[in-house]
Amino acid sequence: MTFRHKHILGTRRFSEQDITLILDTAESFKEINAREIKKVPTLRGKTVVNLFFEASTRTRTSFEIAEKRLSADAVNISASSSSVVKGETLEDTAKNIEAMHPDIIVIRHAASGAADYLASRLNCSVINAGDGAHEHPSQALLDLFTIRQHKKRLKGLTVTIVGDIAHSRVARSNLFALTTMGAQVRVAGPGTMIPPGIEKLGAEVFTRMEDALRGADVVMMLRIQLERQGRHLLPSLREYARFHGLNREKLALAQKDALVMHPGPMNRGVEIASEVADGPQNVILEQVENGVSVRMALLYLVSGLAPENT
Amino acid sequence: MKTVIKNGRVVDPGPGRDESLDILIEDGVISRVASSLPDAGAEVIDARGMVVAPGLIDIHVHFRDPGQEYKETIATGTRAAAAGGFTAVACMPNTAPVNDTLAVTEYIKNRAAADGCVRVYPVGAITKGLKGETLTEMGELSTGGCVAFSDDGKWVADGDLMRRALEYVRPFGVPLLTHAEDTSLTAGGVMNEGFVATDLGLRGIPWVAENAAVYRDVMLAALTGARVHVCHISTLGSVEILRSAKKAGIPVTCEVTPHHFTLTEEAVRGYNTQAKMSPPLRTSEDIEALHRGLQDGTIDVIATDHAPHHGDEKNVEFNLAHNGIVGLETALSLTLRLVEKKILTLSQALSKMSLEPARALSLPGGELREGAPADIVIFDLERKWIVDPRRFHSKSRNTPFGGWELKGVVHRTLVAGKTVFSGSGATASCSEGK
Repeated sequence: MTFRHKHILGTRRFSEQDITLILDTAESFKEINAREIKKVPTLRGKTVVNLFFEASTRTRTSFEIAEKRLSADAVNISASSSSVVKGETLEDTAKNIEAMHPDIIVIRHAASGAADYLASRLNCSVINAGDGAHEHPSQALLDLFTIRQHKKRLKGLTVTIVGDIAHSRVARSNLFALTTMGAQVRVAGPGTMIPPGIEKLGAEVFTRMEDALRGADVVMMLRIQLERQGRHLLPSLREYARFHGLNREKLALAQKDALVMHPGPMNRGVEIASEVADGPQNVILEQVENGVSVRMALLYLVSGLAPENT
Repeated sequence: MKTVIKNGRVVDPGPGRDESLDILIEDGVISRVASSLPDAGAEVIDARGMVVAPGLIDIHVHFRDPGQEYKETIATGTRAAAAGGFTAVACMPNTAPVNDTLAVTEYIKNRAAADGCVRVYPVGAITKGLKGETLTEMGELSTGGCVAFSDDGKWVADGDLMRRALEYVRPFGVPLLTHAEDTSLTAGGVMNEGFVATDLGLRGIPWVAENAAVYRDVMLAALTGARVHVCHISTLGSVEILRSAKKAGIPVTCEVTPHHFTLTEEAVRGYNTQAKMSPPLRTSEDIEALHRGLQDGTIDVIATDHAPHHGDEKNVEFNLAHNGIVGLETALSLTLRLVEKKILTLSQALSKMSLEPARALSLPGGELREGAPADIVIFDLERKWIVDPRRFHSKSRNTPFGGWELKGVVHRTLVAGKTVFSGSGATASCSEGK
């Protein structure tokens, strides 16, 4: 089984075999992260540029650690304002970086399609670390990895995603990946945050969060962006917490052993109550931990080395 | 100076003529249309196997002159028009400065007289600076040459202001053109709202943004009795609103662009900025409704919304890309696809590109009757060509139709009897003025 993708742009294009290979590869890397000397020479001599146009702590750090543990040379660029302020285009910024011969560019950008844009214009591999409201494939894959670790399978599971589905790249990437793996995906959120046509992408839409939770194997809460309140989308965070926040009572509607997940950063008391965020069913920090293994797998697979060489 | 166009298939939608005839042109005017006209002492244009029709009229172009000459000028825009078979265009006022004063109108007219090779009719702004706040001096502008008024690209959001504009302009007998999109409902969207936008994570523009704006402006036409022409309709709902408005006798006309009746929102996939338009490309249901609207006469006019942009303005992230495409050099062929699909007859198609636009803005042209100015297009209906944007006469190359194989090649375009374009690419007479 070989990996035929040069870029990781989104989970939309992945087959069941692709995703299984990524998760299995991540599994084999997981052990490295528990060693005393957490470094292997796999990507020695490779240069990876983390090109972040949006603020990010968790994803950028996770990629950087993954790169360093594989012995790649990691360079971080926070381009959030510099190039835009100087009037440079995204293509020019990327071409300038490419002129220095990186092997992989990891990009985070506020515009949907930014990763596709780079991939169609550059020769090196591009990994999408989040583009607008489009995709965040590494997040979804680490979510699947975490679910599989606990449930030993993905097929046949019911996963409920709650929150701002319309503006969430995490929701889209999870929806594509989970349905490809044979899981049932339910989405719930305020009416203003359910995008039209989402059911055609394989999601079952619920207007009441309680109905969406009933019998779920996994509950995935999305971060609510605080600036959305009062701007037509949301009357108040208080109201949001009441109707779409996860607390112990609502969680009781799901399976007893349902996992509670959150991509972070959490707004405690808004989309998730602390009693649940810190409760026995939460796997939120495991998600973060697994993120490193999954990103190591992605970096390794796009670098074109055969899996047998691990 | 005499010219005879021999043996062509003369299609004149006004009288419904479609037969093999000759046309005699004397001093820029059609003097006779008959079979076997003598050609002694005349320049002879052999149109055997070709369609000879009234010169096409595009009532919606952006020539970017003055102000954005790096995208297009009146010189290059009119050459693109001539190459596409057009003999007259109406150019929108969103130039820099905006065409909201007589000085700008005069500039456009003078520039067209000096550098243009087809007739150029300026459209003035409804409000100063297109800001939607105060009316322009529409009286002076219309007597000075503006054939219509529009805040194109922007809807006049203030309903009372639009009402007053219609009441004010009515005695001058020129229509207001409306870019009907309620921007409070488009809300930062960059493509049609729906499944594809959700899939791509792009913010959508719902159909209601257009329908609601069309409805308001149609009702204002009913209230004031002034003529409203709705630009580039794109939705099923707009077709239905206009159909019932016309049935009720409200003085409205409307247009559709070739791209809106040809492409769906699927063209955006891959974040293709060449498919980014305002209004956005819609769904196949909308396209079917547009076809029916063209067929039953609800949609009067086919106009291009020729919107040249520099490559750099499209080679960016999708949400930053400018709206619009160039259309003058592909419009005829894309419209002929509707003839091939039997949605329109050839005569209907040509009518919507000549006679009907002339009527909508009360312009001369659109007919081949004796005594009319000899504005004529001669084209090969069957000949195929591949769209190569690098060969456009327009200064800009922004089109989603690059590489498409289309039928219908313009052989010659005449304005007032003078050849302004011929199939070999000669536009020699352009610089002499029309």
